[in-house]
Amino acid sequence: MQHRLTTPVRRKDLAPLRAGDTVLLSGTVYTARDAAHKRMMELLDGGKPLPFPVGGSALYYVGPTPERPGEVIGSAGPTTSGRMDAYSPRLLDLGQAVMIGKGARNQTVKDAVVRNGAVYLAALGGAGALMAASVKELEVICWEDLGCEAVRRLEVEDMPLTVILDAHGGDLYESGPAAYLAGLEKKSEGEQP
Amino acid sequence: MRTISAAEITAAVARLCIRANTVLPADVAAALDRCRQSEPWPLAQETLGLLQGNLVQAKERDLPICQDTGMACVFVELGQEVHVAGNFEEAIHQGVRRGYGEGYLRKSIVVDPLRRVNTEDNTPASITVRIVPGDRCAVTVAPKGFGSENMSRLAMLKPADGVEGVKRFVVDTVRLAGPNPCPPTVLGVGIGGSFDKAAALAKHALLRPLDEPNPDPFYAALEGELLEEINSLGIGPQGFGGKTTCLGLAIETAPTHVAGLPVAVNVSCHVTRRATEVL
Repeated sequence: MQHRLTTPVRRKDLAPLRAGDTVLLSGTVYTARDAAHKRMMELLDGGKPLPFPVGGSALYYVGPTPERPGEVIGSAGPTTSGRMDAYSPRLLDLGQAVMIGKGARNQTVKDAVVRNGAVYLAALGGAGALMAASVKELEVICWEDLGCEAVRRLEVEDMPLTVILDAHGGDLYESGPAAYLAGLEKKSEGEQP
Repeated sequence: MRTISAAEITAAVARLCIRANTVLPADVAAALDRCRQSEPWPLAQETLGLLQGNLVQAKERDLPICQDTGMACVFVELGQEVHVAGNFEEAIHQGVRRGYGEGYLRKSIVVDPLRRVNTEDNTPASITVRIVPGDRCAVTVAPKGFGSENMSRLAMLKPADGVEGVKRFVVDTVRLAGPNPCPPTVLGVGIGGSFDKAAALAKHALLRPLDEPNPDPFYAALEGELLEEINSLGIGPQGFGGKTTCLGLAIETAPTHVAGLPVAVNVSCHVTRRATEVL
């Protein structure tokens, strides 16, 4: 099933999403990878505010290539999300609603997704040119010294994503391969005389 | 003795950095197409089609195929009749600096593994040189992304583990990697040598075109068996499920010690990049 979502999102917007569904996401998306997450934790430890409104927000784990003159963004596919596992639950508990990346998450993140009615969506890994096409605006909002890891505000239109973790405990990285293998088994049983 | 200037090497490396990052090698693109056609699972087939669409977008919009434009791994086969006029290694670093700048490629290298300050120009390159007969200089740039590099593994197996132990280790590596390395992957497998040699063999194996099996029929058969076993795991493109988990696999071997059986698996992604020029 395909859903259209616009950020900031509410918990009830995410409730119908199920692992394996596709999403076309529009609105503001903030970028942050390893180094930016580490600095966000330092801000929170110091009792300071985050560089963007976290309630209902979407964070994209991406470090784009530099944009050519006149272009909005360079190549912009997802990085491996598991490196953010140590930081994500704290942000989800503060109201972050959507994580965008690729690859497996640990149980602590899965629990935080369910607890907060959030979602984890996959962008196409290794398809940076395709993902870039949905980005209409880009602004570096802080930590420019981090280069490709600086926090950027993106305005996106119909960014194509796939639901990996839904708010009900679904995980496409488990159910997808299992469904394929079950399909194979069924097929070979059907071929028996 | 033939002289090649450092400037020629720099220019070649710069061109190769840009070409490798924007045009996928023909054998990898062909493998992607072949796998899409034989993929029985509809979602997986659709996903492979999107990855092919990305290659078209990259070409049309002059964008890198993937935003992780990698660590610049540079392999040089230097003819022993060649004299390089100037600083050979600096010429390569300069080529990477120029290519990553002019090509609007991402700078992903930190100067120190623990203090982590970006070098801002993607240098230094990781340079591997082999001295060969002749008066040519073959330069290959193979940018390596770290989503897949991080899923690579090495084991010092026992000789008694044998071929079954090697197979188990390779397949377990793919299973543990799951969706992280952007499947469908390409795998370089190094067997034998010493601890460091096995890893170097695995990395070098990624340079072999996917349509060229190992010249030794024993290892060609092992490559085929491993590929079949990996493509029955069900991980599929992007880990969403399906047959196509691995596009191709190359094994390289070296003599080893009576007491050892080192095996290394260098995991690469569907954007396995390499470009070569012969000077």
